[in-house]
Amino acid sequence: MDGTALPATGQAQALHGASVVLSGIEKRFDNVGAVRGISLDILSGEFITLLGPSGSGKTTTLMMIAGFETPDAGDITIDRRSVVALPPYRRNIGMVFQNYALFPHLTVADNIGFPLKQRGVDRATRARLVAESLDLVRLPGYQARYPRQLSGGQQQRVALARSIVFHPRLLLMDEPLGALDKQLRESLQLEMRRLHADLGITFVYVTHDQEEALTMSDRVAVMNEGLIAQVGTPEDLYDRPCDRFVASFIGESNFLPGVVRGNEDGMVVADCGGATLRAVARIRHAPGEAVTLAARPERVHFAGVQDDRIRRNRMAATIAEIVFAGERRRYLCQCEGGVSIVLKEASSAEIRPRVVGERVELAWSAADTVIV
Amino acid sequence: MTGRIAFALCWILVLAFLALPILIVAALSFSSASYLTFPPPGFGVRWYRAYLGSSEWLASTWLSFAVAACVVVLATILGTLASLGLARLPRAMQAAFGALILSPLIVPGIVVAIGIYYVFARYRLVGTPVGLVLAHTCLAVPFVVTSVSASLAGLDRRLEQAALSLGATPWGTFRQVTLPLIRPSVFVGALFAFITSFDELIVALFLSGSGAITLPRRMWDDLRFAIDPTIAAVSTLTIVLAAALLGGAHILRQQQIGRQIGTTDG
Repeated sequence: MDGTALPATGQAQALHGASVVLSGIEKRFDNVGAVRGISLDILSGEFITLLGPSGSGKTTTLMMIAGFETPDAGDITIDRRSVVALPPYRRNIGMVFQNYALFPHLTVADNIGFPLKQRGVDRATRARLVAESLDLVRLPGYQARYPRQLSGGQQQRVALARSIVFHPRLLLMDEPLGALDKQLRESLQLEMRRLHADLGITFVYVTHDQEEALTMSDRVAVMNEGLIAQVGTPEDLYDRPCDRFVASFIGESNFLPGVVRGNEDGMVVADCGGATLRAVARIRHAPGEAVTLAARPERVHFAGVQDDRIRRNRMAATIAEIVFAGERRRYLCQCEGGVSIVLKEASSAEIRPRVVGERVELAWSAADTVIV
Repeated sequence: MTGRIAFALCWILVLAFLALPILIVAALSFSSASYLTFPPPGFGVRWYRAYLGSSEWLASTWLSFAVAACVVVLATILGTLASLGLARLPRAMQAAFGALILSPLIVPGIVVAIGIYYVFARYRLVGTPVGLVLAHTCLAVPFVVTSVSASLAGLDRRLEQAALSLGATPWGTFRQVTLPLIRPSVFVGALFAFITSFDELIVALFLSGSGAITLPRRMWDDLRFAIDPTIAAVSTLTIVLAAALLGGAHILRQQQIGRQIGTTDG
């Protein structure tokens, strides 16, 4: 039916992933820009996640790569070949949907065999490849079941098997774990990472769950209002967010308004609520400029608890609120000058719990402070 | 307790009101009398024999079956395609085109019949089976569209997207995914198309002429010119057929509901 060549053998062969380049793609719905100019280089074999709140354009972007939406402007190339004019069924891309999208009238074997049948693979080879891919997602022997007889997690595994059985070099996933409970989600996250390592193909993953994105991806593209806010490794995004949106969407951040005093040892020195703070900056900031400093709650400590020589940022504060959250205690501290800082400390019998109203000194490393 | 009895009584009365005419007709059809009278003086199958022995009645019966069969094929194909098209239109256009397709149901039958008569007279289609097939198809398409559209509305579009992403062509997707999933409602639509055509009188009054007299038209003529219990026998057979078809439609619908519950169940 389809001219797409299928690798002759089913062995896990050295497939290399497709590289995808999005250049300036735009998509409008009813004159509202859903995607407003996205450029992104997706490398061969990488696990990249499009992360963003709902309405940020991440699913629309995925749908354009898959071919279900046509960009109004810009180009999409897969392995340096433009695919914009190619219908979805000629793109040879695997896709996993949030609701699994298994065919309810077909058995597991026929669901997984579906893409093989479209490619004219004979019945015997089909049966063998289906069995192999069921082994790969750890559901051996489930061929004869119908989707409605499977649990949500099992359905998702079948959907995964179906999307990789024809050896695509690119796999798109649209919030595939969104409908599952937390424990199942975490075990499937690990399994997807394993699959990615085994298959060596390119994964493009869409989610609104920042933890999922950080856990699974080689790189994450954070999207907001139809644009990419920042692309980088999970560490990049967490440690060096480029703006306030990224800093607050990924993890939690304390935002401190300040005024730049000068630059020193490649760091920005700023006045903030009476204290002098140092921060890492991507660009030079002129003295007198108003900036916002950001610091992660778990990287702020009470002065004197640990080695303080590297913690050069200090502020005096009063504890206003304490929340015990199992592994951590969360303190809301009111600083002089009106700023409040959230501090998270590991809970341990060795650490003295503080009380509300206690006067404390907060300390954190300048290297853990960024200007956003 | 008395409330419950009163409720049951109401039920029985309503059922009796609906079923009694049918039961009386059925009883009359087995009458041994040579004219329509109730209660029948005795029972027998002479009027069924009269029906089966009349070449006119049988010719009309076969014509009605043939016309209905053609209508089923045409209306099911056209109606299913129309539903698929409707489902892909923007919402505002969906409402407009949907109303247009359903209009034969809304416009009074006599108006439709007169309109069709004038047009068909020009093309010499009056008194031909072809004319009846075309006219009945117009009346039957709305039933198919109603049934299939309801089923398409409940169909997850991502199933079709999944099929496309897995390499199925649009036609392959329709054949292997969409059609199997909406098949029960297509069958239901086809059944209604059959009944619509088989029972249709008003258009037949205008279009049958003298060459293509359908069963309802024959019954009409019979009532007007010669009242004998043959018509009761024919009516009983028609009712049995319609009941069997509707029962079949009901079973199909149950099957589809069962399947839909099955998928959401997980």
